[in-house]
Amino acid sequence: MKALHIILLAFFGCLLMAAAAGLPPRGDIHAPAQLLVNPAGTPVAGAYYIQHAYKHAGTPNIVTVVLADYRGFDTLGETLVVFTGAISVLFILRRRKA
Amino acid sequence: MKTPSGSPIIQVATRGLVPVIQIIGLYVFFHGHYSPGGGFQGGVLLAASIILARLSLGTEISQRLFSSRRTIIFSAVGVLIFAGTGLAALLAGGQFLNYEFLPLPGLEPADLRNWGILIIESGVTITVMTSLIAIYDEIIGC
Repeated sequence: MKALHIILLAFFGCLLMAAAAGLPPRGDIHAPAQLLVNPAGTPVAGAYYIQHAYKHAGTPNIVTVVLADYRGFDTLGETLVVFTGAISVLFILRRRKA
Repeated sequence: MKTPSGSPIIQVATRGLVPVIQIIGLYVFFHGHYSPGGGFQGGVLLAASIILARLSLGTEISQRLFSSRRTIIFSAVGVLIFAGTGLAALLAGGQFLNYEFLPLPGLEPADLRNWGILIIESGVTITVMTSLIAIYDEIIGC
């Protein structure tokens, strides 16, 4: 049984490595994710952010610009979720003063 | 009421580690514009430093570092900073969370967005840090 586990793990590990070998190199300008227009003829959203993020926000980290500016409303929701979680824990676990 | 840890090794190590963790937390928060990091990660590091003090330095010192009465209030203040920034842009004539319209005088639109991102990230940092401390205080007891 244990041998079967190891064989399965090795098989899926090789599968992942073979798949990773087929990925385009980092920063490849011809990769599908970096194209201006995808094969179906519609514009790719990521290319817009990569081209305009620094000009719009003056911040070199594109991820930060997308997280806090282009998708700022989403981050506001995440912060509210953290806050709501803390309040819920307080309501459930607060020890009542007798 | 927790007494300080009996082991001097733990006490000395904690006294040395807490300020270092806090400095790294602030670095991760402020450097989020240039490298991986930002509000969530910096807030978690700051919370870790306080929780480490809670675990090993005892109630008296750790409460002086950050009182558990203030945690949930500061958590709300962080969300208010975030939402208030969005509302300020809305009231100044733009869209909700459009930092270009923030009422800070004498800044280019790109700089305004830069500052807007920093302001809302500080709100995120405060909320994440104080929420984690509040949850710890309720579960383990300060």
